[in-house]
Amino acid sequence: MTRKTIVRVVSKALIPFILLFALYTQFHGDYGPGGGFQAGVILAAGLVVYGLVVGLDALNAVFPPAVREVCAAMGVLIYAGVGFTTMALGGRFLEYGVLTPHHPEHGQHYGILLVELGVGLTVSSVMVILFAAFAARARVAQTEVV
Amino acid sequence: MSPVMVLVGVLLGFGSLFLVTGAVGLLRFPDVYTRLHAAGVGDTLGAGLILAGLLVIPTFGDHGWVVELAAGHGWHGAEHGVVTSFKLVSILFFMWVSGTTACHALAKSAHLAGVVPWRGVDGGTEE
Repeated sequence: MTRKTIVRVVSKALIPFILLFALYTQFHGDYGPGGGFQAGVILAAGLVVYGLVVGLDALNAVFPPAVREVCAAMGVLIYAGVGFTTMALGGRFLEYGVLTPHHPEHGQHYGILLVELGVGLTVSSVMVILFAAFAARARVAQTEVV
Repeated sequence: MSPVMVLVGVLLGFGSLFLVTGAVGLLRFPDVYTRLHAAGVGDTLGAGLILAGLLVIPTFGDHGWVVELAAGHGWHGAEHGVVTSFKLVSILFFMWVSGTTACHALAKSAHLAGVVPWRGVDGGTEE
């Protein structure tokens, strides 16, 4: 572990800010550049840095594989759920205005918030799943060599 | 042209020059360590100068926060400039910290992987 002191110290200091910036991007998406996709990628980048520096086992402890898979599916469920809810309320797919009939602009606000939440959840989980799949492959290759 | 805009131009120009130099070095240098030197050092200085150039207008420009505060308009007029400056300084800080660390990590892993540094066109045989 002493072989990567600098990387450990710097990533330990930066990861909280990366995660915070992901949240900022997530919620800034309502009224500026940003949104679920970018926020999900930034969140996943923070987790991937953690996995690279501390190890795959530590990453699996923070964000277990089962939770990742549930989150990845949950995001799609939220997205589609909002779409079908608006259809059930008499609108079209993802027609947010019908969520709050008296103030359509409020409904659009909530709808976009929920959909972006779903996108962020799925994107971050899938990114971490991809990283973990590749990292686990490297581990398998290493044990085969040994 | 106001002195502020001249300063912006000079900083952006030198920043771009360093980035281009770094890119040329990245393409032309012979091995991983020399390329890292070009890319890492060039990026650190180039990004620093470009962000310093971008910082000038929200700080010292017509509606920059230093100007607004000096004119006695209080924080209300200065707020936007302060937020922009803070964001730029944060970007600068994170680029400097993460760029240099990534450079260090790359060089160290190359060294641990046993990459031998370039020793000249003749391979360092002539002393």
